[in-house]
Amino acid sequence: MKLPDLTELALRNLRESLLRNSLTTIGISVGVASLVAMLSLGIGLQQLASRRLMKSGLFDTVVVTSRRDLRNFGREEERGGPAPAESRILDEPTRREIEQIPNVLEASPDIRFITELRYEDKPHLTMVAALPASDKSNDAFETVQGHFFSSDGAPEAILQKAFAEELLGKTPKPGLDETNVAELATPLLGKELTMRYAQREAVQTTPSAGANDHASAPGDQSLAGAAYSVVSREQKLKIVGVADLDPESMRGPTRARVFLPLGLAEGLHVMQPTDLREISRASSDQPVYSSVNVRVKNPSQVQKVEDAIKKMGFNTFSILDASRSIQQFFKVLDVFLGIFGSLALAVAFIGIVNTLVMAILERRREIGIMKAIGASDGDIKKLFFAEAGAMGILGGIVGVALGWAIGQVINVGTNVYLKSQSFPPEHFWSVPWWLVAFALLFSFLVSLAAGLYPAGRAARLDPVQALRYE
Amino acid sequence: MNDTGRSPLNNTPAIGTPAIRADQLCRHYRMGETLIRAVDGVTLEVRAGEFVALLGSSGSGKSSVLNLIAGLDRPTSGSVVVHDRDLAQLSREELAHYRLHTVGMVFQSFNLIASMTLAENVELPMRFAEVDRARRDSLAQEALARVGLQARMDHRPSELSGGEQQRAALARALINRPRLLLADEPTGNLDSHTGTEIMNMVRDFNQQLGMTVVMVTHERALAERYAQRLIFLADGKLVGDKSNSAVIASAQTDGARP
Repeated sequence: MKLPDLTELALRNLRESLLRNSLTTIGISVGVASLVAMLSLGIGLQQLASRRLMKSGLFDTVVVTSRRDLRNFGREEERGGPAPAESRILDEPTRREIEQIPNVLEASPDIRFITELRYEDKPHLTMVAALPASDKSNDAFETVQGHFFSSDGAPEAILQKAFAEELLGKTPKPGLDETNVAELATPLLGKELTMRYAQREAVQTTPSAGANDHASAPGDQSLAGAAYSVVSREQKLKIVGVADLDPESMRGPTRARVFLPLGLAEGLHVMQPTDLREISRASSDQPVYSSVNVRVKNPSQVQKVEDAIKKMGFNTFSILDASRSIQQFFKVLDVFLGIFGSLALAVAFIGIVNTLVMAILERRREIGIMKAIGASDGDIKKLFFAEAGAMGILGGIVGVALGWAIGQVINVGTNVYLKSQSFPPEHFWSVPWWLVAFALLFSFLVSLAAGLYPAGRAARLDPVQALRYE
Repeated sequence: MNDTGRSPLNNTPAIGTPAIRADQLCRHYRMGETLIRAVDGVTLEVRAGEFVALLGSSGSGKSSVLNLIAGLDRPTSGSVVVHDRDLAQLSREELAHYRLHTVGMVFQSFNLIASMTLAENVELPMRFAEVDRARRDSLAQEALARVGLQARMDHRPSELSGGEQQRAALARALINRPRLLLADEPTGNLDSHTGTEIMNMVRDFNQQLGMTVVMVTHERALAERYAQRLIFLADGKLVGDKSNSAVIASAQTDGARP
């Protein structure tokens, strides 16, 4: 029998026992829906997690430090290479060189210093750090009260919540993080802070070795006697934002609570810890950095970039390994959710077998008639397969729609809840096209498998017996 | 349907080559401890174009013989050769092909599929034969017109009288232009008037289309009125075989008529 005829006959037969076949099809739909719902939740959560982690800048960032820092993060593989005293200095030309490595988006110097900030004539001591303009997309600033820096050189500051509390004289209760950032920000935004800092000024007494010989060994005799002066300066800063989240949560004790635009910070020539160590380069105009943050286009390229930078003779650090285990976690989660989703489909499988076996009993005579007028075993088998397959496809389509709808409802519901808890809305439900295709195909194949036994049984039916059956 | 337009072949069915040859045909089966000999060593020959009635009381084995000829059942021993093909040697697939193209069957209980309209019932064998839809539709219409049911094409069997259902079953049996028409008590569920109507149609098919007809019946009068030859069965055995000269003579007279 030709496929269109087969399909037509199958659909006609399904319509004949409408209630029973509908119930079976609904069974398949529920199975597919639970599979789709479970898997899309898993995929959605994974996407949410990786989206969040990507935005946090943790997974696409490589922190570069000089080996001269003697901070090798205790890693075995970095114990080799040149001795710290012979290794390269992390200065501006090096930063530019790193930026030329393929797949590197930007390499920004890490400028941070402990300094005094005056607010309403009261001094506060804290760590200040400079942020590149690209940090605007960091999710810590997504919920910022106020706004991000208006330009890279603007005399503006963003405060971390804890520092805002300190400025307002509020003491955060330990263990409780219930303070409303909006309340903190209102009295602070637009106000002025005065930052006192130590500026490094080169003293042009000794002939400079020149700006471009950074590769020469530090401690070179010709540079002896170089000097710089340290001058106390003040800089007025306008508070433009208060951040709820901590953009530097990974930094631990060295994390800053006040942030400046990078362009501004670079222009200030603030005395850096490395300046003392590299005193021999005092006369140079080129700044030396304690570390450089390298942003890579894609987390998958982090390893390559790290290797390239290590080859240049620097220490690197990224939390790529952590991201790998997170991905592994989600893979396992997907498998488990898929198994639970499939359980409902297994029940539907039994439903199809039952429906078709019942149909054989009911349509015994019809099968006998068909055989008597010339239907082959194959025709009968195909007919039952087509019925099972049609139920599978119909159930699959309804199931995908149902699963999608369940997802939307849960998504909306959870977002209403998140909103009531003053969290930003999230899209943690994802039904990618391949999941739709997979669910439809899976439902079709499961139904065909369920039709296997009934179809074989119907095909083997003895026509003489079947015709005798009333 | 009238008696015009018959082909010359149909006037002399007796001269046909052997259409069916059964040789020592047996169909035995077990029911618990007892061995039932439904067909027990039947040897017979039916010529092409012949109209044969298988007569016998209930349980005589006449339906079993018919099922063996129809390829619905397989003999326990012996052979049944239809148009030079030994049915016992055919595979299940080949038997299905044989039933589809060589045999047309009508039954006492009509056996139309209740969920289908008459047109769909009639064209069903052509679906199995993978005939194009357009051709199927026109052939089904033609076949239903032939049995006078063109107006009832879209009705379901339950909406029709028994006679109409049997006419539709006849149309279905003829749709693939088989060489053999096998009828199992075709008038058993019909009143005598309708039965006559159906039997006239069967006779017309036999005479006009040259189809070999084997009809199972327990009504001797009916057999004598239509069949050219009467074969008697009892307890699975052939117990009589006689020509019906009246019918043969009438067929010849009909054939001679201009």
